[in-house]
Amino acid sequence: MTAPATTAPDTDGPDGRPPAPDDSFDRDVLPAPPGATAALLRSLLAPMRARVAVTSLLLLLQQAAVQAGPLLVAYALDRAVPALRDGDHGPLIAVGAGYLLCALAGGALQYAFIRAAARVNQDVLLDLRGRIFRHAQALSVDFHERYTSGRLISRSTTDVESLRELLSEGLQELVTVVLSFVYISAMLLWLDLGLGAVAVASFGPLYLLVRSYRRRAGQAYGRRSTAIAAVIVRFVETMNGIRPVRAFRREAVNDAGFAVLNHRHERANGDALLEMARYVTGSRLVANTAVAGLVLWGAYRVADGTLALGVLAAAVLYLRRLYDPIDRLGMFLNSYQSAAASLEKIAGLLAQVPTVPEPSVPRELPPLASDLPGREVVFDGVAFGYRTGGEVLPRFDLTIPAGQTVAVVGSTGAGKSTLAKLLARFYDPTAGRVLLDGTDLRDLAVPELRRGVVMVTQEAFLFSGTVADNIALGRPEATREEIERAAKAIGAHDFVAALPDGYDTDVRKRGGRISAGQRQLVSFARALLADPAVLILDEATSSLDIPGERAVQRAMGTVLKGRTAVVIAHRLSTVEIADRVLVMEGGRIVEDGSPADLTAGTGRFADLHRAWRESLA
Amino acid sequence: MTTTPVTATDTTDRSAVRTLLRLWPFVRPVRARLFTAAFTAVLASCVALVIPLVLKWMVDGPVTDRDPAGVWLGALYLLLLGVAEALLFGLRRWLVARPLSHVEAEMRAALYRRLQRLPVSFHDRWPSGQLLSRGTTDLMLLRMFLAFPLTFLLVNGVTILVGVVIMLAQDWTLGLVILGPAVPLVLTLSVFETKYSAIARRAQDQVGDLTTVVEESVLGIRIVKGFGRHRSQARAFHELSRTLRGTELHKARLLAAIWAVIVTLPEVAVAAALVVGSVQVADGELSAGTLVAFLSTALALRWPIESIGFLLAMSQEAATATERYFEVMDEEPESDAVADPRAVGAAPRATGPRTDRPGTGAPAAGPGTRPRTGARTAGTGRADGLRFHQVRFRYPDAPPGTPPVLDGVDLHIRTGESLALVGATGSGKTTLTALVPRLHEVTAGRITLDGTDITALPRQQLRSLVAVAFEEPTLFSASVGENVLMGAGDDAGDAELARALSIAHADFAHTLPEGTATQVGEQGLSLSGGQRQRLALARAVVGRPRFLVLDDPLSALDVHTEAAVEAALRRVLADTTALIVAHRPSTVLLADRVALLSGGRITAVGTHQELLRTHAEYAHLMSGAGEEDDR
Repeated sequence: MTAPATTAPDTDGPDGRPPAPDDSFDRDVLPAPPGATAALLRSLLAPMRARVAVTSLLLLLQQAAVQAGPLLVAYALDRAVPALRDGDHGPLIAVGAGYLLCALAGGALQYAFIRAAARVNQDVLLDLRGRIFRHAQALSVDFHERYTSGRLISRSTTDVESLRELLSEGLQELVTVVLSFVYISAMLLWLDLGLGAVAVASFGPLYLLVRSYRRRAGQAYGRRSTAIAAVIVRFVETMNGIRPVRAFRREAVNDAGFAVLNHRHERANGDALLEMARYVTGSRLVANTAVAGLVLWGAYRVADGTLALGVLAAAVLYLRRLYDPIDRLGMFLNSYQSAAASLEKIAGLLAQVPTVPEPSVPRELPPLASDLPGREVVFDGVAFGYRTGGEVLPRFDLTIPAGQTVAVVGSTGAGKSTLAKLLARFYDPTAGRVLLDGTDLRDLAVPELRRGVVMVTQEAFLFSGTVADNIALGRPEATREEIERAAKAIGAHDFVAALPDGYDTDVRKRGGRISAGQRQLVSFARALLADPAVLILDEATSSLDIPGERAVQRAMGTVLKGRTAVVIAHRLSTVEIADRVLVMEGGRIVEDGSPADLTAGTGRFADLHRAWRESLA
Repeated sequence: MTTTPVTATDTTDRSAVRTLLRLWPFVRPVRARLFTAAFTAVLASCVALVIPLVLKWMVDGPVTDRDPAGVWLGALYLLLLGVAEALLFGLRRWLVARPLSHVEAEMRAALYRRLQRLPVSFHDRWPSGQLLSRGTTDLMLLRMFLAFPLTFLLVNGVTILVGVVIMLAQDWTLGLVILGPAVPLVLTLSVFETKYSAIARRAQDQVGDLTTVVEESVLGIRIVKGFGRHRSQARAFHELSRTLRGTELHKARLLAAIWAVIVTLPEVAVAAALVVGSVQVADGELSAGTLVAFLSTALALRWPIESIGFLLAMSQEAATATERYFEVMDEEPESDAVADPRAVGAAPRATGPRTDRPGTGAPAAGPGTRPRTGARTAGTGRADGLRFHQVRFRYPDAPPGTPPVLDGVDLHIRTGESLALVGATGSGKTTLTALVPRLHEVTAGRITLDGTDITALPRQQLRSLVAVAFEEPTLFSASVGENVLMGAGDDAGDAELARALSIAHADFAHTLPEGTATQVGEQGLSLSGGQRQRLALARAVVGRPRFLVLDDPLSALDVHTEAAVEAALRRVLADTTALIVAHRPSTVLLADRVALLSGGRITAVGTHQELLRTHAEYAHLMSGAGEEDDR
């Protein structure tokens, strides 16, 4: 499934952003190492080996109970009826009791099996869903920027759903099919070696059919999985951008675009169903021809006297049942191909290595040198570029002493955000180290890292849940008092208190609308609550009004005291609270000094500052 | 963090059949094929039932009589019937393969179409994960329902009926014995149906919740990472998946119970028939061949009967999926009916309250004021600009008793004038701007464009008159050029694109890997907030709209870029009627006048300088005065 690589554009994105998506991302075919799909399925089932065995045993017994029927019929005809004619009721009573017992056992076993199988299935799905989710969360930010939320949703919903179908129906089908093939073949062979052998021989053409079906349906399902992911991506994008969709009258254009993707899914789906039709016709033809042939031969042998009538009757009953499961085999193959295509996609996702891995041997930050919460930050020979080449930040050194507030200014694309992301360890440097009190960030486990560094970005996303939940994201164990204190400190308390249910207002429910500025205040409260040694603010006040911004700055004045802070701002008002200003341009730090010094000088910052003063008018 | 399931509209009368009947409009176009397929399936099943009869005939006739010709004939019949069965099976699947995929696709397209046209307030309430799960898993369930349970409930019903008739015809006592468990079976099934449908609904809603968490965890990935919260996110996700697992296990328990009943009861009947039949054979009342055929028929009916359990389960799930689907489809879309024809062209009420001249009197002659006359007009009315008359607004879903967001807004933006809207965070500025393109509907009062009530204009026309740049600059999966040009008519081309990009100072677009053909949006190159904002601005101005609504359009720009954009924007604003939400003096200065929104009303209108001098609240908002001056 590898396509020739398209001419990759010179991929250094503008503004220090990840490069244009490469082909595998574009076409939603992330490579998985060979055998990864099977390995994934194995690893999912391995922990349940014992339970799978028990479940299979239940099914085995259930099938034995069910398949005993024709045998008992044969026995009734050949033994019980003559015995009855001789006045012996024993065999018939035995047959009746046996059949009844089989029926009851069959039902009970069926019940036990379905429950046991459901537990196995659900545990496998729980495991798989969890793996996808955890892995996706562990992958770096730049991965998410390329993979899109829609695809990830597709992986954890429709693709998991495929596996669910395989497990809940398919696996039962498979076991039933295999068991009844084996069981009935054995019965036939036992009843009559010749008839049995011919019946078994008919599996040859059936196998060929299955093989061809697997190949062709597999391709169709692969296309289908990709197609539904594309549909989901478009769907999510439209729903999340519904305002501009409306305002710019995109409805008709979107309908058309969606129709193309939807149609692609429809075709793939139809192709897969047609393959199934082909398989069913073929396999039925083989089966029914075999039945006709066997009956003919059997009848001749009864006529010859080499075969008992009862045996032929039982054999005929078994024969019909021998081929009954081929439809179910088709269903299994159907679920299997669909699940295999999905698992391949999931395996491709799981095979993505986090570019910002957690340390195998985590270290702890040294104890704080003083009572103040801040820590020293050192960029030691750090350089950063994307894998595809193109240097965003050339090698540089920078030391930020504990407790210092540093403002980083510069035009869009100067590398400010990249600097911040390196410090927050959203990315790892391509060369050099970022040290926090002398400890490499790469050696810190996530909880330790986030006690050290927290970043507030300009996108103030709120999660479903209450306002309090959203603030508590900064420190889940925080009490309500602490949450409110953080909100008050940042000036968010008043608006939160005015919401219908105050802090318990669900942000998605009735009356829970929260403006962009208010969302930023919530993010701030979140950061305050997290109480990190180093706080990074990336344009975190862009949507606040001036009094709001002032209030935040005043709060920051006290909050940042003793803390190390890196503040990225377009608004130079933020600089007022800074001890030091870095001016960046083209990925380099071109000016570095105290605000007063820089303002008084003749450099870029002095220019910027003048422009800003004028803008305040 | 928990997601809130969208509560099911509680229909007390939840008849699965009635719910499923709602699918008819979608199934209608493919009804011919579907019915043919069902007929084919019935035929195939009947053929399958005839095969045992041929076997009986062979055993009782030619085999017993040692008649080779008869044996050959019987085998030939068997072969023919077998081939017919195979072809009919295949035909059935071939008939429905494409049409059913088509029905699924049509339903998805209809859902998407409807969702795009539902009021914005609907989208505020519904997490997109819930919508998405309706558009994917629910529709797949429906396709499967149409493919199997629908046909096979019919087919199996007919098969069972025909089988029973055949059995009764062969031997009516044995037939009655077989029919014995029918009544208890039906009773059990109806109990099961009710229980199962409730639990199936719960499971489907939980899948929607799960989808929402996945989506949010990706959309909010920077926050999750920034706070190192991916473990607690994973825990929250794990909790939800565990809940779903519990529901699924509950479902499985029900299913297991019903299967057990369905499997056991008929087998018990077969056991009884076997005993009774054997006695009859022994007594010579019944031929051995008849008993073989009878039991063969009974066994052939096993699968149809057993399958009823899961067919019903699937139908239940399909019914809940249908219910969930129509919950969305039943929502009223924005109607495109022109509300009140009398309003068309109506001049603004001369007696209406006029607060557009606060204190300071006549249109203030600030440095940026450029009164204009004779500009183009929106509708048939005269050039009257944009007016808000006593506009009140509260969100339709706001709890009763909460004060309205906007409570009597009166505002007049003259033709060609640009007006900045200033207000504290959360004062309703964004809400006010959303009313102009009718993303939300005013609760009371009216908004007029050149004297025409906006409710009297078809939405499409209204939205082509008013261009908006949102606070949150969303780009779609399309090229940069397409993203910008979606703000203009179809005739707009490269010249307009270049002009708009230069106004928004978005010339960086030309330096992207593939220039303005570079793909952006979800599946394309990700751009910075400032870059996206500038493209959104270019989109708003590219069509040279009559009315321009800009919601804090420069918030993510740095000072230099902002200054450059402002300079270019001033030229555009010179002949556009514009409402600009502003947080900063620099943005306010783009406008001719400023209006202050406070407590749901416009409390002051004037030039920036005037208000700065005369209005304390405004001065506070613009300079943070009260603490320290801004130097």
